[in-house]
Amino acid sequence: MAAKPENKIIVVGGGLSGLMATMKICEGGGKVDLFSYCPVKRSHSLCAQGGINACMDTKGEHDSIYEHFDDTVYGGDFLADQIAVKGMVEAAPKLIKMFDRMGVPFTRTPEGVLDLRNFGGQKNKRTCFAGSTTGQQLLYALDEQVRRLEVKGKVQKYEFWEFIKVIKNKEGAVRGIVAQNMNTNEIVAFPGEVVILATGGPGQVFGRCTASTICNGSAVTAVYKQGAHIGNPEFIQIHPTAIPGSDKNRLMSEACRGEGGRVWVYKDGKPWYFLEEMYPAYGNLVPRDVASRAIYKVCVHMGLGINGENRVYLDLSHIPADYLEHKLGGILEMYSEFVGDDPRKVPMEIFPSVHYSMGGIWVDRLHHTNIPGLMASGECDYQYHGANRLGANSLLSATYSGTVSGPEALRLARSGELGPMLTQEELDAARQECVEEFDKIRAMDGEENAHRLHQELGELMYKYVAIERDNNGLDQCLKELKGILKRWDNIGVTDHGTVANQEAMFVRQLRNMILYAMVVTKAARMRDESRGAHAKIKLDANGKQMKDADGELVFMGRDDEHFMRTTIVDYDPATEEPQVSYMEFDHSLIKPRARNYAVAKKE
Amino acid sequence: MADKMVRFIIERQDGPNEKPYNQEFDVPYRPALNVVASLMEIQKNPVTVDGKRVPPVVWECNCLEKVCGACMMVINGMARQACCALIDELKQPIHLQPARTFPVIRDLLIDRSVMFESLKKIQGWVEVDGSWEVKDAPIQNPYTAETAYEISHCMTCGCCLEACPNVGPQSDFIGPAPTVQAYLFNLHPLGKFDAPKRLNALMEKGGITSCGNSQNCVEVCPKSIKLTTYLAQLNRDVNKQALRNMFDK
Ligand SMILES: Cc1cc2nc3c(=O)[nH]c(=O)nc-3n(C[C@H](O)[C@H](O)[C@H](O)COP(=O)(O)OP(=O)(O)OC[C@H]3O[C@@H](n4cnc5c(N)ncnc54)[C@H](O)[C@@H]3O)c2cc1C
Ligand code: SF4
Ligand code: SF4
Ligand code: FES
Repeated sequence: MAAKPENKIIVVGGGLSGLMATMKICEGGGKVDLFSYCPVKRSHSLCAQGGINACMDTKGEHDSIYEHFDDTVYGGDFLADQIAVKGMVEAAPKLIKMFDRMGVPFTRTPEGVLDLRNFGGQKNKRTCFAGSTTGQQLLYALDEQVRRLEVKGKVQKYEFWEFIKVIKNKEGAVRGIVAQNMNTNEIVAFPGEVVILATGGPGQVFGRCTASTICNGSAVTAVYKQGAHIGNPEFIQIHPTAIPGSDKNRLMSEACRGEGGRVWVYKDGKPWYFLEEMYPAYGNLVPRDVASRAIYKVCVHMGLGINGENRVYLDLSHIPADYLEHKLGGILEMYSEFVGDDPRKVPMEIFPSVHYSMGGIWVDRLHHTNIPGLMASGECDYQYHGANRLGANSLLSATYSGTVSGPEALRLARSGELGPMLTQEELDAARQECVEEFDKIRAMDGEENAHRLHQELGELMYKYVAIERDNNGLDQCLKELKGILKRWDNIGVTDHGTVANQEAMFVRQLRNMILYAMVVTKAARMRDESRGAHAKIKLDANGKQMKDADGELVFMGRDDEHFMRTTIVDYDPATEEPQVSYMEFDHSLIKPRARNYAVAKKE
Repeated sequence: MADKMVRFIIERQDGPNEKPYNQEFDVPYRPALNVVASLMEIQKNPVTVDGKRVPPVVWECNCLEKVCGACMMVINGMARQACCALIDELKQPIHLQPARTFPVIRDLLIDRSVMFESLKKIQGWVEVDGSWEVKDAPIQNPYTAETAYEISHCMTCGCCLEACPNVGPQSDFIGPAPTVQAYLFNLHPLGKFDAPKRLNALMEKGGITSCGNSQNCVEVCPKSIKLTTYLAQLNRDVNKQALRNMFDK
């Protein structure tokens, strides 16, 4: 029998958050078993382009931590826990210095200090960046430090391992996980004193999105099924500027607009810079939800998209080429490479795409979920961003949350609060369940193809639960999702083997994605207001979308009285349906005020 | 009218110790189609040109935007990233093979753990005291930082190892990518402190002396890292270090 592990914490996920937590645990004297789909150096965090926010105030603008705090809360439409946000923005400058010492090649000024750029929803230059590959550079720095800890014997990596579920002891505390080796398909139960999930976002639930193929949120659904609350899942960020693609919508960073890029379409034969006209105070740098709705309106409701298609121009061609190369090189190259046009010369064609999830596993300020022994940090948790995340705030929240969850996990492990470790029988039983489930999936011989079903799932979610929502559509969506869930039972696999059987593993993930789609849709259905990324159109007595005298759609307003609350979704094992309730949160520091980016923000 | 089809000839292998065999697939053409998107089409309809239903092709990918390094394979004879290999720019039929410099797990899926191990050998990190607050980070020369930025794009994809004639079972050469990473850390104001250790590691078997300067690596690097330039500079640094070692004895 395995010896009792010495303060061994299981961390699932090796993006910024998981690696940061790992480092903190090892520095505190603990050990980590680190699980990831891919070598952690390939985690999705490296897709981040634009930058990371921290009040460095090196541009003579008198930026302040308070201003960062207020921008974040205001940008999130007053749905973020303010005490948690305050902790994050206060820590930000220190984290940047840490990254700098670790060797992140931040872009620098002639004097050799960190350069800063503008980002959406913020008036001051506050975004630190490494060209247009900030996430890659930050992730590599932590990857290197964790490799160093691996050499010291503090970290054991399980790369190409998929987390399947957590295991609880008799007292209901999480004390281990079941995971599967994706290459040999071996399934193993691992004991751990505390488990931290840092598994990133659920973008794949929408099929095409800006995220990596491994961002399926499957781990989040797994623990939701085991009793974890999901918080605010209806808040899905749609990024205004992505290159539409059939395999993936590739992001064109907000940094393009931060560096002076302008969004326009032709109207009456002339370029119309509609964001600048609609939102004079912030112009092209309005927050993402605002920009996405405007682009959607211009294309879908006004029919002004390029050649009548759902595309608008994102224009950098007026900016000197060498400046662009220095600040945005990497992503411009990407556009040329995938589209074939040179954005230095011609405007890019873009459209909004699903990008980020503000919601996720509910956690308290120390990143405990409601299940003892299970913690969550990074994009998979719901903390910090409220109803809309500001650009460049999530590399920050991913990193910062790891600095909270890591040490807290170690404290919890040492506290003796969680009761006994798992017995060999409990480990074996949990493992056996997963083996049986996998064997069943391998044998599935129905008519449906899992990948085509996934495509349908994504199309459905885009149709009903994206930029504009209404209650009829959401009801319809829930109905259709149940149909998709049923059809899952009728999947047939062609791969019945046990060597890197990616198909069977995907089938298992797909079921979790469908369940998560139900969570998002149900939460959106129940929230009868518009707030941040959640915009709901009013219905008239006949159930038709309401329009005003000018023919403009009428959206519900923000309803602080009823909905300035955290959405909590729980799983009902009997029906598999999501159950929605609401929870109070702390908004004691900044009084809520109307959010309007047409005028400069008032405090 | 029948849709235009793209023909793929894919070298498959059912497991690490199985024999490779070829299978052919047709994928409907569309503009801007790339190799990964084509493999995804095959997943949706895993039927060969002979009408046989087969297990879908296995490969590795994550980011689909040439930044994670996962999807490296040999496409029409050249090691490259599959996600940015546009069909319009490839000769058809398109041949896909695993990069056999590395052990094959299945089909196009390979085991590149050796590259990550090599990063341990060259001490690929800055030896910071810890993640806690210490003091301000040192000011850096912006030009040096720009060089560092270039090298720090290396996504451990392994194209350069696959292309290098000196990497393989015949030698212990750790290959261009990990070697050049040593140069990156030697540039950093704090990373510099351990430069002698890194240079000494590169003197050992499998180090920089195994590079025959054949320039293949620099031609395939999808991140356009000037590998041979930095290999040459490292070579000089290693020689200087060797002299220093002699005097220190
Ligand atoms: C294209 C793009 C650009 C972005 N740009 C910016 C930006 O400029 N600034 C900014 O602040 N934010 C940006 N973001 C958002 C930001 O990158 C992410 O929110 C953040 O990196 C998430 O980090 P994470 O550590 O939570 O998760 P991730 O980096 O997604 O890591 C998740 C980890 O979990 C593992 N994992 C997941 N599920 C399982 C499982 N079941 N079993 C085993 N392992 C699992 C994965 O292998 C991975 O290691 C961007 C996002 C996208 C999509
Ligand atoms: S220059 Fe050296 S490392 Fe590059 S391909 Fe030639 S032998 Fe290999
Ligand atoms: S140096 Fe270039 S080719 Fe080699 S692993 Fe790095 S990115 Fe790939
Ligand atoms: S999938 Fe990431 S480089 Fe191709």
